[in-house]
Amino acid sequence: MSSLSHTVSDSLVITRRNLIKVKRVPDLIVFATLSPIMFVLLFRYVFGGAINLPDGITYAEFLLPGIFAQTVVFGSTTTGASIAEDLQKGLIDRFRSLPMSRAAVLIGRTVADLGLNAISIVVMALTGLVVGWRITSSVPEAIGGFLLLLLFAFAVSWMMALVGLLVRTPEVVNNASFIVIFPLTFVANTFVPLESFPSVLRTFAEWNPVSSVVQAARELFGNQPASAPVPDAWALQNPVLYTIIWAAVILAVFVPLAVRAYLKTSTR
Amino acid sequence: MSTATGGNAVVVEGLVKRFGDFTALDGVDLTVPEGTVLGLLGPNGAGKTTVVRILSTLLQADAGRATVAGLDVATQAAQVRAVIGLTGQYAAVDEYLTGEENLEMVGRLYRLGKKEARSRATALLDRFDLSEAARRPAKTYSGGMRRRLDIAASLIARPRVLFLDEPTTGLDPRSRLGMWEFIADLVSDGTTILLTTQYLEEADRLADAMVVIDRGRVIARGTADELKAQVGGERLELTAGSVEGLARAAELLRPLALEEPRQDTQTRRLTLPVTGGAATLADALRRLEGSGVEVLDVGLRRPDLDDVFLTLTGRSAEDAEPGTEKQETPR
Repeated sequence: MSSLSHTVSDSLVITRRNLIKVKRVPDLIVFATLSPIMFVLLFRYVFGGAINLPDGITYAEFLLPGIFAQTVVFGSTTTGASIAEDLQKGLIDRFRSLPMSRAAVLIGRTVADLGLNAISIVVMALTGLVVGWRITSSVPEAIGGFLLLLLFAFAVSWMMALVGLLVRTPEVVNNASFIVIFPLTFVANTFVPLESFPSVLRTFAEWNPVSSVVQAARELFGNQPASAPVPDAWALQNPVLYTIIWAAVILAVFVPLAVRAYLKTSTR
Repeated sequence: MSTATGGNAVVVEGLVKRFGDFTALDGVDLTVPEGTVLGLLGPNGAGKTTVVRILSTLLQADAGRATVAGLDVATQAAQVRAVIGLTGQYAAVDEYLTGEENLEMVGRLYRLGKKEARSRATALLDRFDLSEAARRPAKTYSGGMRRRLDIAASLIARPRVLFLDEPTTGLDPRSRLGMWEFIADLVSDGTTILLTTQYLEEADRLADAMVVIDRGRVIARGTADELKAQVGGERLELTAGSVEGLARAAELLRPLALEEPRQDTQTRRLTLPVTGGAATLADALRRLEGSGVEVLDVGLRRPDLDDVFLTLTGRSAEDAEPGTEKQETPR
């Protein structure tokens, strides 16, 4: 077998192992989906009336792409915590002593977390349909929207994998990543239109990749009214391209860094 | 392969490893002949785990050379990993997977076919007395069961060399005895094993030869008997009712001791290396009779690692220096 097919088969073994955990600890998936449902309901009914939107769009339509993006980015933080946990329990040492592919543990982890994120999106989309969200574009565009969300989440997972390998304590990984992920997902067009931001924050938000993911999703799901003002920033005028560039750059930088950290790490 | 290494499954020459300013290994040499068990003995922080980590390709040495099954651990790491099994200090099993799933996963990662991995998993679970628990998540296993599962996992590809890093540390005495039987069984199969331990008794029971290391250096090597001859057979141990009684007992028993008796006024315990077994014990009791020394406890015991250390280094194995403890757990 070639080394590529080894990498694929080893990664599948690890992915399967990670998904078995989800099956054995159903709380994981329950809470991973309950919190986005809660977010959908909270924002839809608590803040919905207070947020000014362009004509021709309901808050549910505006909100859902934002919730999708926020949830998958948060979902990606589990990659870091899980890897730190494997490290703590000595499993990474075991894997490193085996004649397996050097990247398979990380690929298996990020792919399993991609699967979890896909499940969350399905749950959120169904909840969204209940509270009034609708896809008004074509099927290929809608599929493109979901794939783009997952691509970005997958790239964030690799960043988190590196964090997990360097920070090494699952709880600390969670807290540390929240400090970064919270502002990143809130200083964006996730829940409120950018027009309401003060100028400095607004510039940051316009170039924040989370904004472009949300903007791209809104366009691809048809949740952007014709009356919406044309954004000033290039990033938001070309959100799909800008998101793909970000995902590609994150992967190009963090995949090699994470693999290198994996090869150098050992338990405690 | 055996011609290149002279029949040695493991050869280590002048191994040096530093962590920052701290020298964990300071020129360690050792060999493990094929089909034998080497006990690597030392207190916490001596460098045992560092040796195992280098041999199992988890760490790179700063100087020196090591081969496993004739393969260089630095330049042929990938080939080395295919012929070794490693059981680390922490039972590295996935808690959420069943025993069976754990073994099959490791088997698959050793590149065994699905069927082969499954049939070997079944056989190993049976051999390690885990058949009944095979379909339960490892989370539900006791400490001893986890260790057994961990060792089973490292055996699934029938490695030529097995590394066991403190396989019984943290186990209760009953599980420890059980574990010894399992390991002894492996030995009779002809597996080459490098075993690290803090217990002289464990090395005595399982190993053909021993290497004692301290602060990253080899301080003694030989068979269990050679080492014991150096350390001097058994120990007579007595606990006195008072400090005065302790001094008096030391004086009365000095003629029986091979070396100057050791007095610990804190525990009021007297330790003297002796020969002659039960007869010596009886002799000691006769000498104490009518002396007025209140004896709370007296008996013979076999020498332990602490005695080896006292004899070889003049200090107790427990007296680890500050900073040395970190060494067993390098980052």
